Amino acid sequence: MKKLLKHHETYLVIIIVILSAVITSRNANFFTAENMFDLLKSNSFYGIMAIGVLFVLISGGIDISFPATATVAEYIMAVVIINMGGNIVVAVLIAVVVGSILGFVNGLLVYNFRIPSIITTIATMNIYYGLLTFITGGKWIYSLPDWFRSFAQIRLLTFYNADGAAYGLSIVTFIWLLVVLAAVFILRFTLLGRGIYAAGGDRKAAVRAGINVFFTETFVYTFMGFLAGLAGVVQALLVQTVAPNSIVGKELDVIAMVVLGGASLAGGKGSVTGTLLGVALLAILQNGLTLMAVPPVWYEFFVGVVILVSIGFSSLQAKKKSGNTSVIELSLEEAAE
Amino acid sequence: MASAFLEMKNISKRYAGVQALDSVDLNINTGEVHCLAGTNGSGKSTIIKIISGVEKPDPGSEIYIEGTPASNRTSIESIHQGIEVIYQDLSLFPNLTVAENIALSEVIADRRKLINSGDYRKTAKIAMTRIGVEIPLSSKVEELSIADQQLVAICRALTGRLKLLIMDEPTTALTRKEIDSLLAVVMDLKSKGIATLFVSHKLDEVMEIAERVTVLRDGKKIGTWPANELDSRKLEFQMTGENFEYSHNQEVVNESEPLLRVEKLCRTDNFRNISFKVMPGEIVGITGLLGSGRTELAMSIFGMNPADSGSILLDGSKIKLDSVRKAVKHGIAYVPENRLVQGLIMEQSVSKNTVITIIERLLKKSGLINHGLKESRIEELVDKFKIKGPSVDAAVSTLSGGNQQRVVLAKWIATNPKLLILDGPTVGIDVAAKGSIHESIKQLAAEGLAVIVISDEVPEVMNSCHRIFVMNRGEFIQEFITRDVEEREILDCISSAE
Repeated sequence: MKKLLKHHETYLVIIIVILSAVITSRNANFFTAENMFDLLKSNSFYGIMAIGVLFVLISGGIDISFPATATVAEYIMAVVIINMGGNIVVAVLIAVVVGSILGFVNGLLVYNFRIPSIITTIATMNIYYGLLTFITGGKWIYSLPDWFRSFAQIRLLTFYNADGAAYGLSIVTFIWLLVVLAAVFILRFTLLGRGIYAAGGDRKAAVRAGINVFFTETFVYTFMGFLAGLAGVVQALLVQTVAPNSIVGKELDVIAMVVLGGASLAGGKGSVTGTLLGVALLAILQNGLTLMAVPPVWYEFFVGVVILVSIGFSSLQAKKKSGNTSVIELSLEEAAE
Repeated sequence: MASAFLEMKNISKRYAGVQALDSVDLNINTGEVHCLAGTNGSGKSTIIKIISGVEKPDPGSEIYIEGTPASNRTSIESIHQGIEVIYQDLSLFPNLTVAENIALSEVIADRRKLINSGDYRKTAKIAMTRIGVEIPLSSKVEELSIADQQLVAICRALTGRLKLLIMDEPTTALTRKEIDSLLAVVMDLKSKGIATLFVSHKLDEVMEIAERVTVLRDGKKIGTWPANELDSRKLEFQMTGENFEYSHNQEVVNESEPLLRVEKLCRTDNFRNISFKVMPGEIVGITGLLGSGRTELAMSIFGMNPADSGSILLDGSKIKLDSVRKAVKHGIAYVPENRLVQGLIMEQSVSKNTVITIIERLLKKSGLINHGLKESRIEELVDKFKIKGPSVDAAVSTLSGGNQQRVVLAKWIATNPKLLILDGPTVGIDVAAKGSIHESIKQLAAEGLAVIVISDEVPEVMNSCHRIFVMNRGEFIQEFITRDVEEREILDCISSAE
């Protein structure tokens, strides 16, 4: 029990449980399988990008440009499949290649010029997004191919509710699940993953230990770009339109989810579990406010409150822990030995 | 005759016009405990970099490892040859576990791509048994004490086939007890045929077990001596080329109205029943082991951690110190341990550094800086502290160590304090600069300033202070008048308390 309380994740679970209980008491529709599957589907877009942000934060950097990357990848993907045809594999491939290239550029800039990553990615965000707006004139795309539309409808598990309407585990959620598994594998079981933690903890020590910091650093930004591209496809699958301005502005929401999940902006800390809980918390909050008929204008206000309460909670615990260092007690203990 | 593990002949290294090393010879035998001593800038760190393969020596230099030529190596090759360096900052990963910190370099060396946490723990356990220590494997390194972190660094070095361990200033942050267990570990390594090279700028505890000492000065080798032929005065002379007479402060300040009077000050878990007085013009030393509560006491007098009970009187009137702001307002200045060394903006000019603490007092009514006033204040301070440099507009980094320290003192004195608290004023500075700092402190006291010096170096408090308190486990255990006491007595007092 004591060990559990040490983990930031424990507090998130407690907050999620309390929040869910409150919402359920006001609207029984919240805690239903149908609503849960729907949440898992509609939030996979955020969930995928959050994993990318997690990697960048652990490495000690930050990326602001990923919504712009996602938009560019999504738009190029849409233009290609509309004009040249293709299938879902081609669509995904185009988006992730474009995303990876843009991410790789971020990584190169951050590594080679040692510009703080926040500045670098604010600059590239403006460049990526600015070029896209210039070339496309901000035009929306509606006429996505039929095969693209029908892919989005695929369910791996199907159930029917009382009214006979179908619901279940969407293919989109499944994509998110694959990303999560890949992330856990990389972070826990590969030298690359541990190298990302190590470089985020102490970059100089990582260089001295022989970790290839060029590789870890370019990898995290490229991976972020890769996932942004994938998230772009998922977004197009979910809403079936492509708009140059629909994703931009989401960067702070996603970063908030990841930080909520325990990742540190100073680098070296963060977990996939925590990130999933961070995404879940904000998703449940938004959904719950809607179900409780709270006017949407209040959404941002409550997001702010929830972030402060949950981060404040675990920071307070950390502070308590470090404040316990005493001089006298320690020496008395030693004397007793 | 022991066989040489490392032989270095005629090692030179030039960096952009600076001769960092000039034809230095150095031999380290298998299983030897060797000490490399020198002041800052003597070339110690350059020679470490060359031994560890981080830097290459200039042509003409010869290096042999176990008899085979090895002048041209990379750092990875040097690790494979069994040479590991533990830097002063330890180079550990604070956010990773003990097991991972120990085992990671082995994983990298083996070019493995995948990781198995079971292997980690096994590797870490083996390394720990080799030196007989036990640290919880799954603790994060940031949660450990400095001494334990150092042991983790040693264990990490042990995962390879270690032949030579280089430790850069290993004892600065350790208590005496921790140093003893470190020395025991080194002796244990020695019995396994592993050599240790200690690098230090002062004569310290590591000399007790060193067999030979090599001294560098200005990039040149002065000589190598058996450790038992050197004492601290001889070594200081070899390192600096000058004889420093560490005289004891012979003066006694007459009893007068105390500037600071502390009565029965207590703070839970930090210190208790602390009572003392400081007269204007008096320098009071507080010494004791690391962790005796001396820094916590100073922070309470500076308002950072307010005391739980007891009282502080300044100029006879009781004051409440519950914030730094209040302490500064009452004329108390506190220079923390690393501030004297790190408190300068090295690339900025001497003049900007000296007035940085009082810039808001140099404003015109409009809120802009009054340059005339600023210039005159700078001139005054530079004169007073005899700061010597190319010019007041030169970057602080171009000044010598002693002059840099004077800039720091000038900066704090500019605030016109009544009471100056110096925590470890000469930590990390070499002997030559130390003496001049002590002179500056004494000069300030002679002008009526009350000074408290906190230090774990007994010669330092003997040299600068009028009265000395020994602190142990949060209490003052004895008071000494410097004039009437020998260094030995204070050292005995400290060690008997332990």
